[in-house]
Amino acid sequence: MNELEERALLEKTWANESGPFAWFRQVDHRSIGRRFLFTAFVWFACGGVLAALMRIQLARPNNAFLSADRYDQIFTLHGITMMFLFGVPVMEALAVYVLPLMLGTRALAFPRANAYAYYLFLFAGIMVYTALLLGMAPDTGWFSYVPLASPMFGPGKRVDIWAELVNFTEISALVVAIEVVVTILKQRAPGMSIHRMPLYVWSMLVTAMMILFAMPSVMVASNFIGLDRLVGTHLFNPAEGGDVLLWQHLFWFFGHPEVYIIFIPGLGIVSSITAVFCRRPVFGYTAMVLSLVATAFMGFGLWVHHMFATGLPQSGESFFTAASMMIAIPSGVQIFCWIATIWLGRPSYRPPFLFVLGFLAIFVIGGLTGVMVASVPLDLQLHDTFFVVAHFHYVLIGGAVFPLLGGIFYWFPKMTGRLMNERLGHLSFWLTFVGFNLTFFPMHKLGLAGMPRRVYTYLPETGWTTLNVLSTIGAGILSLGMLVYFGNALWSMRRGRAAGSNPWDADTLEWSTSSPPPVYNFQHLPVVTSREPLWHEPDQAPIVTGLAPDKREVLITRVLDAAPDHRYTYPHPTVWPFASAVITGMMLVAGLFTPWAFAIGMALLAIFLTGWFWPSNPKKEGDA
Amino acid sequence: MTFFAHLAFVHQSALDPAGEHARAIARLWDVFLGITTVIYVLVMIALVVGLLRKREGDASRNPRSTYVIVSIAGGLTVVILFGLLIASIFTGRAIAERPKNAIGITLRGKQWWWQVEYEAAHPSNRILSANELTIPVGVPVTLHLHSSDVIHSFWVPGLHGKRDLIPGHDGSITLLAEKPGVYRGQCAEFCGVQHAKMALWVNAVSPSDYARWADAERTPARAPQTEAEIAGQQVFLRAPCPLCHAIRGTDASGSTAPDLTHLATRRSLGAGALPNTREALGGWIVDAQRAKPGCQMPSINLRPDELSALVDYLGSLR
Amino acid sequence: MSARATIDVSELPAHAFGNRSIMWWATVGVIAIEAAVFAATIATYFYLQGNEKSWPPADTPLPDLLWPSINVLILLVSLVPNQIVKSAAEHHNLRTIRIGMIVADLFAVAFVVVRALEFRHLNVSWDSNAYGSITWTLLGFHTFHLVTDLADSIVLTVLMFSRHAHEGKRFVDVAENSFYWYFVVISWIPIYGVLYWAPRLL
Repeated sequence: MNELEERALLEKTWANESGPFAWFRQVDHRSIGRRFLFTAFVWFACGGVLAALMRIQLARPNNAFLSADRYDQIFTLHGITMMFLFGVPVMEALAVYVLPLMLGTRALAFPRANAYAYYLFLFAGIMVYTALLLGMAPDTGWFSYVPLASPMFGPGKRVDIWAELVNFTEISALVVAIEVVVTILKQRAPGMSIHRMPLYVWSMLVTAMMILFAMPSVMVASNFIGLDRLVGTHLFNPAEGGDVLLWQHLFWFFGHPEVYIIFIPGLGIVSSITAVFCRRPVFGYTAMVLSLVATAFMGFGLWVHHMFATGLPQSGESFFTAASMMIAIPSGVQIFCWIATIWLGRPSYRPPFLFVLGFLAIFVIGGLTGVMVASVPLDLQLHDTFFVVAHFHYVLIGGAVFPLLGGIFYWFPKMTGRLMNERLGHLSFWLTFVGFNLTFFPMHKLGLAGMPRRVYTYLPETGWTTLNVLSTIGAGILSLGMLVYFGNALWSMRRGRAAGSNPWDADTLEWSTSSPPPVYNFQHLPVVTSREPLWHEPDQAPIVTGLAPDKREVLITRVLDAAPDHRYTYPHPTVWPFASAVITGMMLVAGLFTPWAFAIGMALLAIFLTGWFWPSNPKKEGDA
Repeated sequence: MTFFAHLAFVHQSALDPAGEHARAIARLWDVFLGITTVIYVLVMIALVVGLLRKREGDASRNPRSTYVIVSIAGGLTVVILFGLLIASIFTGRAIAERPKNAIGITLRGKQWWWQVEYEAAHPSNRILSANELTIPVGVPVTLHLHSSDVIHSFWVPGLHGKRDLIPGHDGSITLLAEKPGVYRGQCAEFCGVQHAKMALWVNAVSPSDYARWADAERTPARAPQTEAEIAGQQVFLRAPCPLCHAIRGTDASGSTAPDLTHLATRRSLGAGALPNTREALGGWIVDAQRAKPGCQMPSINLRPDELSALVDYLGSLR
Repeated sequence: MSARATIDVSELPAHAFGNRSIMWWATVGVIAIEAAVFAATIATYFYLQGNEKSWPPADTPLPDLLWPSINVLILLVSLVPNQIVKSAAEHHNLRTIRIGMIVADLFAVAFVVVRALEFRHLNVSWDSNAYGSITWTLLGFHTFHLVTDLADSIVLTVLMFSRHAHEGKRFVDVAENSFYWYFVVISWIPIYGVLYWAPRLL
């Protein structure tokens, strides 16, 4: 078979089906990744609109733009959206798209599970925004503390909707996390030994492992509150031996790692972009990897810093202060390494790199205010005020959103075959940077001036009006920046300048295939001989032959040295993941009303999962 | 509605400490702010110089000096963080709760107001109030914090950091005002739909003024004197009010809502929802939901003359 | 193109066992998640216990020891057919797999039946107090994970009698299923200890 014939056969083997229901049957990582990204950004836009509404309400004292009840639903849903429907899923979505390409393989592990996870994620957002439109969105904060969320003080279904949303999104995130870990450990290109993995890959490996250990805690918490509300258990009821603080421990044991789960991928993206736009590898690879791993481990030891005002023993508090400050060390090391990279390299001020510079300027402020709130005495003044709102937006928008915007600009040509417009890119960067700082910097002062969080209004005598107005104006500019950025993306999808396979002259494997990649990713899987494969005589690099083009075969390699180990065949498109997600969704929504939903739902799901896993005709491979 | 209100005539700032604990925290804040600002400026300078410097030669060289500098920066980070940690621990010790001869006040957080009870050995010496504390300057006052509904948080930034009121986990916080003044605070843990309107005031006065105030507070309610006040008291006792409210010295002994014995001395209604004026009080009685939707106070249906008398009576409860 | 070195993988097998297989790694991922769930639930158990002066609280009887202890025995003995099946899978021995899986499934069914008796002899209701709530919840989570694995095993057993039984990947599935069963058994030991011995010893 010659090259042309092989390509045609690969095309046929890996093709996405066409036809009216084909969309529901797709399992290809790039199409799932694209829709995952698109959906995540839709939720992001919704969350942004909610924030804009909040800022309008707070622009004036005693404002009547939003009632107290509405405001409570809106700030709750803003938090839920950004943390559960955007922060984690968007980073997973990007990994779903990019990782197999960066690793030199044809598919993400467990493609059908990937599709299932996407649909659950989609249904989660639909459920909770439908609740908002019906005026019954959760209204007890994204962290839903008890007893406010208990059956006595949180009547109706609002909190139950919160609990089911958590179930939806956490199951989805956990499934994707397993896929990410398995793909990274077992499907790397031959020669990509563990110390040749790109830093972005390390960041996603570390993130996925954090997800596996952190998310179960919030699922346990949400199912506990579900039980208290649905069947009358007393896990959080102090009158019958339950404990209110138990909730906070369970929630924050998840909640603290959650924020690292959101911004560690951002750190990976920063490394990818910095290397390419400074024309050299990131300085200090080993220190960078150890910092990522250290941050992930230490992230599990900080959660009590969310509870400093609850009256814990002082020795315990000191430990958590120390841990919360010490985690700045690995982050600091990474910052120094990036600055060293810039110092030694040749920076080019194109939009992806501008977003990296924005990240540095903003995230470091967030990290430093983090050191402040890590101190118990300071936190006793700052906790639950707008100072904390400023802090976490600096670390999350600075640490995750700016890198993400840079990353989208960077990988856009790979995904679409076209470049985003650079002038609009520059404009959107500046609007976003200025708008962000104007929105959130005043909040530091507001917190110190006594303004608590989660208040739907305030009195004019407090003197908080001016800073609130500035913040609202900033929000307007920030929104404009986002509109320009996403308008640029949408426009460029059709009309952008055509991009070749490697428009940035980047170093990692995804840039060796066409833009967009063929549906089988690489005709010949690459073999890697260095950390920056495309910067070291890529045309001389060996290639893999012998994978069957008439089956969806991928190469499974060994964990540490990525030596070829065996071949594995992945499934063809199928509707079972979608159908199973629908059953799961119906079960979770019915679970709002009766515990029997779970018994019946699981029985149905068992049937559907059997259909999913039952092997098809032996001729047409595809079993996992 | 003023758009650019420059004058804040409430004292609710952590940066304007008037209490011993708030002062210690504000000093720590200054240290942290100074050091972190210097760090930020240095890091940004390094970044800018790194971007703008002239370079020559191979960009992917890793000179030894870079390893040294990055290591030094890392080491400095460790040292500075340790320094900040020590400073923080010392301040923590300084503001820690210590058993003292303090005045004891039980503060119960409720949706959405603060029940105040000055503790005393003899029940007739208790003082019951709502949403306001009067304390003597220079004398420690320990608040015993309790909630039986949801989590609230006591926070008067001018005097101290905050402390949560957690059902099932009673706590305490000791205040020590250093100068006389009126210090405003707010509930600082989201506690439901009217969390934003759960303010409280601490009046710090001289010890002699405090003693005078406490004596006055202990007395039962001033008897109505004018015709309107007498009629107003009758309206009060016939209306649903005594089911929830108490006025010591009358038959009204409800305990689920604020004690009204000395209502006229308080500066707000509805825990900061409205000022304590005649007009506002009338509006509050007839339609509390307007000023504080979702609060526990129902609308009381009264004829205008009944309302006027009632307001006269309540306004006389000094 | 012609000057490039190649690595020819066409002779590599199409399936592999143990930690060479992606199913093994996925199973380990699921085990990690479930272990985290159990850890959080057990931590909750002891956290709530710390609040009470006596545990179970006054007037609440201890859970009976008989049925759960029988279950411990059933599970430990089930490891024998389980290991036989795992080994048979790695040697592609279909006949032994078929018999072994039926035996293993029967043990699991017995366990589920005895589990129902355990619930009946907990001597407390989930809505009596927090002790009852966490006891039912912890036992309930384990039961959920047990029942789902039983369902999974039954489907796999049926599969091994079907025409698909000879595919290489099926043997890996059987081996991984047995691997997972080890977790089901091993996770029961601490949970058994917490639910039935902690109230007696602490």
